[in-house]
Amino acid sequence: MLTDKLKQRFGADILDSHSEHGNDTIVVGRERALDIMRALRDEADFGFEFLIDVTAVDRLGREPRFDVVYHLKSMSCGHRLRVKVMVPEGDAWVSSMTALWKSADWLERECYDMFGIDFRGHPDLRRILLYDSFKGHPLRKDYPYQQRHPIVPETDPIVNPLHPSR
Amino acid sequence: MALPARWQQKLEAADPAEEIMQLQMGPSHPASHGTVKFNLKLDGEHIADCDVEVGYLHRAFEKMCEQGTWTQCFPYTDRLNYASPVINNVGFALAVEKLCDVEVTERCKYLRVIMSEVSRITDHLTCLGMAAAEAGAQTVAFYTLEARELLYDLVEAVTGARLTVTWCRVGGLAHDLPDDFNDRLANALKNLDSVLSDCDQLLSRNRVFIDRMSGVGMLSSADAISYGITGPLLRATGVAHDLRKADPYLVYDRFDFEIPTGKHGDNYDRFNVRFREMHQSKRIIEQAMEHLPDGPVMIDDPRLVLPPKERVYNSIEGLMNHFKIIMEGIKVPAGEVYQAVEGANGELGFYVVSDGSGRPYRVRVRPPCFIAMGALNKILIGHMIADIITTFGMLNMIGGECDR
Repeated sequence: MLTDKLKQRFGADILDSHSEHGNDTIVVGRERALDIMRALRDEADFGFEFLIDVTAVDRLGREPRFDVVYHLKSMSCGHRLRVKVMVPEGDAWVSSMTALWKSADWLERECYDMFGIDFRGHPDLRRILLYDSFKGHPLRKDYPYQQRHPIVPETDPIVNPLHPSR
Repeated sequence: MALPARWQQKLEAADPAEEIMQLQMGPSHPASHGTVKFNLKLDGEHIADCDVEVGYLHRAFEKMCEQGTWTQCFPYTDRLNYASPVINNVGFALAVEKLCDVEVTERCKYLRVIMSEVSRITDHLTCLGMAAAEAGAQTVAFYTLEARELLYDLVEAVTGARLTVTWCRVGGLAHDLPDDFNDRLANALKNLDSVLSDCDQLLSRNRVFIDRMSGVGMLSSADAISYGITGPLLRATGVAHDLRKADPYLVYDRFDFEIPTGKHGDNYDRFNVRFREMHQSKRIIEQAMEHLPDGPVMIDDPRLVLPPKERVYNSIEGLMNHFKIIMEGIKVPAGEVYQAVEGANGELGFYVVSDGSGRPYRVRVRPPCFIAMGALNKILIGHMIADIITTFGMLNMIGGECDR
């Protein structure tokens, strides 16, 4: 069992685990997440060369409020893993995985865009699907789905570059 | 992102003739099929930097799924990758069925496979035809459109719609095949064969086409894996990874087919892999039709499946059952599940979370195009501006899925 192997390797760093519906899942603390993910990628027993997905689930009413959910896949070992990191509302940050997988770049930007979670260490954390002047993070449960927004005034992107740093 | 040194110097150059030029390409460019904007920094015609902006087709798929019942999500999934909507339907249905712990009937599994493969062919035909047209081979586009039309007629006969199919349900399918399906399929596949051989002759050894595609947009397999790229784009780099083989769902393990791969991971390999995949899909369809079992296409479970209209109109139990499913939605047990299927562009994953009520708590789709678009910056730097068109065409960005 993958979860048993993980518990053996990481011990108390794994806060919780389950294998519902055949999906192996572990919950880890955000301080240790980056190191654990690096080991998951590099160690031959695990060999997770794909970061398949990064997303979050808003458990409004629970403390801590957000689950940041990573889906990993190993082509060489043929297994998958879900890694969850719980983050509280007032201090919603996790470490960025951009140093380990390049796919983290856009996926984390989307998660920031939709949930307002800060990925510390991300080189270019800005909105991706929505526009810069958008207010709020729409996939949070307290964001009303019928919320309307004012029309964005037209600007000349050469005169006023949207991202002057680039 | 820092520019490579030789361009960084140019960016700071005092002489305007040496300057890096900024160009906004898109979001509605006539030679790119899809609403996406490239913020380019150009050194002459060479691309020094390319910031890809997506999101113009964002319509809150994930948020809207949380507003309705589980069954009401199916029409939304049609509109993800609208070039192969059945695959999206199947992926979402499989995820919810896993959560409900039900297994669909044998016939339903075969039908889902057959229509998924038909959809994969329509998707690849769209991609190849459009990419060829953008490279100047307009004739090929009309040939592939003709073949696609035959397959869309087939999809329409089965599902009732060409693109917005909404054919799958939790627990099975909305309806079985029409009576004349065999003849229609045989006719469509025969015509497909002749179109594919025409396209092959027009493109595969065409000097202009090869010059535009070969050696352009290269991506190594290590980079592709790091960028999370799956599907034909990964296979073009030489990695024979296909979820239908690696992690078989439905009944894919019962069919004999190959995984076409490329060598260099350039645009020509991507074209080639897609082209050969259509032949493999055809093989799967033929084998599945040969072994297609009889029987119902829906499971018999009143908690998930609407009762037949006869019972709804003639018995109070039937009416109540119908009412409960329509008004409250099917009750999916609390839990979470991730289910991936091999979409036409790569791993199409659905991560669904249920709180036990009749509405999804969270529906997340893992869109293969979006992730491939994340690598476009890396692929394009150093190439010429005209290469954007062919590379973008071969990535097969589908706005509905990329922007959701």
